[in-house]
This record gives sequence, structure tokens and C-alpha cells, in this order.
Amino acid sequence: MAEISIRNVAKRFGDFTALHSIDLTVEDQEFMVLLGASGCGKTTLLRIIAGLETPSQGEVWIGGRRVDHLPPRQRGIAMVFQNYAIFPHLTVFENIAFGLRMQKLPQAEIDRRVTRTAELMHIGQLLKRYSGQLSGGQRQRVAVARALAMEPDVILMDEPLSNLDALLRLEMRAELKGVLAESKTTTIYVTHDQVEAMSLADRIAVMNQGRIVQAAEPIEVYRNPAARFVGSFIGNPPMNFLPARKADNGSWQVAGVRFDGPQAEREEIAFAIRPEDLHPAEDGLPAKVRVVEPLGPHVLATCEVEGHLFRAVLDSDIRLRRGDTVKLAPMPQRIRWFDPESEESLQPHR
Amino acid sequence: MEQRSLPYLLLLPATLFLCVFFIYPFLLVAWQAVSQDGSFTLEHFRTMADHWKFSTAFWNTILLAMAVVPLQLALALLMATLVTRMGAGRDVILYIWTIPLGISDLAAGIIWLAIFEQTGFLNSILSSLGLIDQPTTWLGYQDKATIFIAVVLAELWRATAIVLVILVAGMGLIPKEYYEAAEVFGAGPWKRFVRITLPLLRPSIQTALILRTILAFEVFAVVAALGGTNLPVLMGETYVWQFDLQDRHVAAAYALVILAISIAFTLVFLRTLRVPKEARI
Amino acid sequence: MTTATATAAATAADIRRPARLLFAATIVLLCAWVLAPIYLLTVNALSSPDQVNAFPKSFVPGFEMGSITFFLQFGGVLRALFNSILVAGITMVLAIGLGAPAGYALSRFEFRGKGTFRIMVLMTRAFPLPLLALPLAVMFIRTGLDDTAIGLAIVHTTLALPFAVLITFSLFSGIPVELEEAAWTLGCTRLQAFYKVVLPLVLPGIAASAVFAFVISWNEVFAAAVLTIENRTLTAFLLQNLDVSPLHLKFAGGAVLVVPALIFIFAVRKYLFAMWGIANR
Repeated sequence: MAEISIRNVAKRFGDFTALHSIDLTVEDQEFMVLLGASGCGKTTLLRIIAGLETPSQGEVWIGGRRVDHLPPRQRGIAMVFQNYAIFPHLTVFENIAFGLRMQKLPQAEIDRRVTRTAELMHIGQLLKRYSGQLSGGQRQRVAVARALAMEPDVILMDEPLSNLDALLRLEMRAELKGVLAESKTTTIYVTHDQVEAMSLADRIAVMNQGRIVQAAEPIEVYRNPAARFVGSFIGNPPMNFLPARKADNGSWQVAGVRFDGPQAEREEIAFAIRPEDLHPAEDGLPAKVRVVEPLGPHVLATCEVEGHLFRAVLDSDIRLRRGDTVKLAPMPQRIRWFDPESEESLQPHR
Repeated sequence: MEQRSLPYLLLLPATLFLCVFFIYPFLLVAWQAVSQDGSFTLEHFRTMADHWKFSTAFWNTILLAMAVVPLQLALALLMATLVTRMGAGRDVILYIWTIPLGISDLAAGIIWLAIFEQTGFLNSILSSLGLIDQPTTWLGYQDKATIFIAVVLAELWRATAIVLVILVAGMGLIPKEYYEAAEVFGAGPWKRFVRITLPLLRPSIQTALILRTILAFEVFAVVAALGGTNLPVLMGETYVWQFDLQDRHVAAAYALVILAISIAFTLVFLRTLRVPKEARI
Repeated sequence: MTTATATAAATAADIRRPARLLFAATIVLLCAWVLAPIYLLTVNALSSPDQVNAFPKSFVPGFEMGSITFFLQFGGVLRALFNSILVAGITMVLAIGLGAPAGYALSRFEFRGKGTFRIMVLMTRAFPLPLLALPLAVMFIRTGLDDTAIGLAIVHTTLALPFAVLITFSLFSGIPVELEEAAWTLGCTRLQAFYKVVLPLVLPGIAASAVFAFVISWNEVFAAAVLTIENRTLTAFLLQNLDVSPLHLKFAGGAVLVVPALIFIFAVRKYLFAMWGIANR
């Protein structure tokens, strides 16, 4: 049992606040992804959980034990680093066995565990090599095997795939997901790659400027962003936003078109729609086409609606030319609304 | 807690050592130079300056540094440029050129003594070429000019290597793309050297000049080996006052003079060759 | 068209050939400039005393051990040789023992006072350090360290310590922090992580900087001459006997001084440039 609980954790470096009062609970055996742009504090949070950084305030609990005053070795964690951190003076075998030797396990047990995890990560034939003789992907496998061999309650991963080339990343991603599900550990995984986050996570915690903006299941994060930032960060291309002015009967006027919206004591709020939730229709929003990019199955049209940037992902059968004006209608159930000041979602969550 | 105090704990031995054996002795030497039996006096500086050898020693030291350091910089720049253009054999050549780095000034003096002494190799060559009949004296007490030249050659031979190492290390930090870009924009080899290498190398040149100038003011053993007492220099006079004349105060005054010109030149180089942090590679 | 291009190419090659020749000739000449004086010293050292003092001199060694054996049997030489090795050995241990922890702290921690410490270390390079020997001579007489190997080694350590700090700083900075952090997460304490992961990786570099410290001490003349009387090091011994000793003694002594330095520089050649690249900044 290893539930991780982060309570009111903050981290300041001099005048700079890297983390503002973070609260987060990760269930036992859950795969939690911390997602955000570089500098958002996600790696700092991971390092605080690992014990590599000391929080300025707050508590970290792992498996019902308060650990924020303990050094990394006493926290029952294992970690995979962005640049793998394979010890260059040790063989692959000794790298994987390193933590086991520190625990003074009997040689037979060490052999058993090293062989098992090496087989699991398909590096059984590399055990006698040194780090310098391995490819990037192989180093990655060694790093994961080294963490798994510890049979830890918690595995922490800091952008483990970001140094691999695109194809290898795809392959390792699927493999990691399988192996970690098998190992029944609690995982916290840091990445800036939203596709990676979507594909791996049980839950995603989206971070921005030292705060967790939303922590929810991937599809929830995608469909119902809790804040404008989440919508604009997740999705490629990201969500479109247009200003909406209050009209009568609780409806809102967007670029001359009326939509039913939320109750709000404001004259203007933000209307949001994902580019793939648009289709050409006579009663749509008037969009002037600026750039057309055919992408195979779809065509990405970058347009302008009343001077605002507006993208649409449309069926590639639709013929578009630069300078055309098309009418694009949003799917009504996919429209989201945001408060312009707090930037929080105005959509009552279903 | 451990995190906070650990770096200080690690620095403590070196700091204590430097305080006791670097800062404290410097205060002592300064006090020794300006005091007599516990009270302040400039008497020792007067004794020093009034001695007939002082101004000779002072100017010899300065002139030697002025002759040696610029030549070294030019020679090292040439060597460094050649090395960076070499393909195969680069390591061997670099090793050969850096050999004098490990040779002490005394050994260098003795090596050049083998060339310049009366029965030395220079006279042997000249006589075998039929240019002289009798061995010429190069390092006698009247031959100030040839002693000077011999010292310059020996210093140039011995201490150019350190400048070379600093410059080669500095050139290694300059990305190749800058040269390629300059070449694309039409800069020839000379222009590339003047417009790219020299400006980007400025921090290294600064380090090399400061280090070499300070060491040049400390020139001692080479002069002792080649010229004996015929070419007085500041460091040699310090030694003479300390031992032969047994006056520690005047020796301390000499030490302060060397220190003063060292600091003065360091400041000049820091000033004139300053590179703003934003303009560094 | 094709002929025109061919002619153009040929002209380019014609222009390039003399340039290449000049390039190669300069390199050969500079190698000769560095190597010839050492060769001449070797000729002297490997000739008998009579050959050394003969005129004109032969440019090939007589391959006689006369000078060397004379030198080694000369009173006090073996003792001076032993003292040199002893002092350099102590300097090596002190410089690394004090410098490496400081280098580690500088490379791994951000803390208040870091800048001040760095400046203090860099400052030592801007001072004529051998002059420290003057006040220390007095201090050592009071503490009983006068004329001892440890006393001289302390002065040599102030010379070698800044280099030791800067070199080890660059060595430790070259080891990714993640390696240490990985070791912590795998069950190591700070100390265990250091000797299981960091130490094996930096050991060759530490050895190189130790060798560097050894050479600095081995070559130092001034402080050695000031601080030792009975227990002369080799450099101090040679300096003291410059006026009185015969030529072949000087040359044999010079050769004995040079040989270890050559070996040492060869041993650390890989680190010379990396060291200075970092120390520049």
C-alpha cells in the first residue's frame, strides 16, 4: 500500500516561488502524470517527493508515513531520471544490482531480481556491457530496470522518454505502460508531452506557474478543462477562444451568432471550442481563411473570426482556399465557457 | 540542516589554510616593511630606494616583462592557431609544445646556460662556421645586453607553454559555426582571426596576460642562472637583502614593490580587456 | 568549360601547396625551438666532465655517465633529491586534501559566501606567492617549522591550492549531479554515494591534479631557497651552488630536474586543456 499525499507543499528559491501551496493525493497503484510546460514546477514537485529537494513548507506522506524530513533512501521510492543517470563505471548488471547491494540482499536474490527485471525490459543480453556501449533506448531500459529491481512502492519518473527519438519514444511508451501496470506500483510521471500524458495516465495533474490547475482523468481534462489555461495547453491544435457578449434570455452573442450559455453576472465571458468540434454550416461563425494545411485525413484551417485567431480541423474533402470566408458551426454539447478574470470554467460539470 | 552546513564544512579546511598561510603572512610582510621595533616608519623604503641597485633592478624587471610577455602572447597565438588547423598529429605537437610547462625556471636557466656559456653550444656553432676564433663571452659582467637577450629567450622558451594552453583551451570554446558563418559572409583567414578569434578569445587572453605578467615580475632563477648578479631584478634583490644583507625589513619593502606593480598591472588588464558577461560565449 | 574549371582547380592547388609547406615548416621549426635546448642539455648531461668543458663542443653526447655520477656523489645531492620528493609529496597530499573538498562544495552547492571564496582563491593567483616565504620564515622559527619539509610544503601548498580547487571544481562539475541523486534514491547516504559513484569517476582527474601539485612544488625555487638551510631541496641546492659549482655539475643537476617534469607532463597531458578551459572563467 503506497498512497502518496502532498499537503500544502510550497517551494521558494529566494524571491522566486516555484510551487504555491500544492495539495495532491495519488491513490495506491495509480499512474499519475504531472503535465506542464518547462518551468511550471512539475520537476520540483517530483524532486520534493523524492527527497532531492526540501519543501519550504508542507508535508509529504507516502504509505501513511510522513517522509518530508527523510533522505531519499528511506522513502521507499525508486526514480528514473531524464538523462538516465546510468553509472558509467559499472556494468549493466551492477547498475541494476546497485540498489539491491545497498540493501545487502543475498547474492542469489540479487541474481534473481537482476535477471528477472532485465528480461522484463529485454536487456538480458546486455548485462556485461558498460553504459558507453549502449544506445539511448538501451540506457533507458537499464534505468527502468534498475528502478523496478528495487521492487519499490513508488516509482518516480522525470521526463524519462524525452531524450529518445520519436519512433523509439512511441515504442517505449507502450512498453512502460505494460510493465508498470504489471508491477503494481504507484507511479508519478513528469512530462511536458501531452500525448504521452494522455496515453499513460490514470489521472493527469496539469500544472501552471507553480500551481495544479486541474487533476482529473485524461478525457475529463481534455473535454472539460477546469481553466482556460488547460484548454489552451492541451490539444493540438489547442482550443479556440472568442469573446461572448451578454444577450437576452441568458444567451450569449459570439461573432454575431447566439448561443445558450451559463448564468453569469458579467457582460462578457469567453466562448471556447475545440478545432475538431467544428463543421461547415450555414448558421456557423463567419471565419476568414488565412492558411490551409492539408494533413492527410484532415485539413487544418487557420482562420480569423472578428480579428481573433480561430483554427478548425475539417474533413479533407472540404475544398478551402486562402481568403475564403466559411461558416463554421460548433457542436453545441462541446462548447465551453470561461470567466474572463478568474479564467475558470463556467460550465457546470456533468 | 545537513544540507545547509555541509558546504561550509567542506570549505573550512581550505579557508583556514589560506587565512593562516596566505592572508596573515601578507599582513605580516606589509607590517614588516613599514615598521621598526613596533613603530611605523618609511625608513626601509628609503634604504631600499637609496641603494644604487634598486632602480636598475626595478627597470630591468619591468623591461624584461615588457619584452617577454608581448612576444609570448604573439608566439602562443601563432602556435594556437596552427594547432587548431591541424588534423592528424595534433596531440603529439601539442604535447611537444607544452613540454616546457613542466620545466622549472631554474632548469630553464641552466638549459640556456648550456647554450650561452663560454664553451657552450652557441660558441661551438660560431667557431665551426669560422665566424669566431676564440670563444666569446656572452654572459660576462659587461655583457648586460646579451644577458638580457638570453634571459628573454629562456623565458620565451620556458613560459610560452602556459599561454598556449590557456589560449588553446579558450579557442576550444569558440563554436566552429562562427567561422563558417564568417566564411560564408566572405571573411578571409586573416579577417576571421581578427574579427572572430581575437574578440572571442579576449577572456582567455586576459587570464594569460595577468598570469604571465605577474610571473614575469617574479623572474628570479633564470636570471640567477644566466646572469648571476650581473642583471639585478627585484626578486633577486629581495633574496639578497633577506640573506646576504640580513635585513628582513628592506626585503619586505621589495616584496611590497613587486606586489604593487603586480596589482597595478592586473587592474590594467582587468580594465582594458573587460568583457561584459552578456557578450561572452 | 571543363578545362577552365580544371585550370582553376590547379591554380588553387598551386597556391595551396606553398601555403601548406609554410604551415608544415613553421610547425617543424617551432618543435625544434622547443626540443633543441632540451636535447643540448641532454648532450651535456650524458657527456663526461672533460667533454662538457671542452671547446668546441660536440653536438652528440659522449654517452658517458661521468657527469651524472659525479653529480649524484656530490655532497648533499642525494639528500636534496630526497627532500625535493618529500616536500612535493606533502604538498600533493595537502593541496588535494584541502582543495578537493572545496572544489566539491563549489561544484555541488549554492550557498552564501560562495562568490567570496572564489574571489579569495582567484586572488591568490594575482599575488607573487613565493614572497610569502619571507614572513613565514619568521613565523616558522617561532613554531619550530623552520628548515623542515612540512614548513616548505605549506608554502608550496598555497601555490598549488588554487589550482587544486579550480581543477577539482571542474572535475566534479563534469560528473552529472543525477548520478549522485540516483545513488541516493537507490539507498546510498551522501558519503556512500560519493565513494561508490563520484570517486571512481574522478579518480584519474584527481591523480592528474595531484601530479600537477607535485610539479609545482618540485620546480619552486625562491621559497625553497629562503626557507631551507640544512634541508635544501634540489632546486635550492642548485641555486645556492650556482656560483661555485663546475659546469658539468649544473648541467647534470638541470637534467635531473627536468626528467621527472617531462614524465609528469606526459602523464597529465589529457587534463591540461580541460583544466584551463574551466579555470578561465
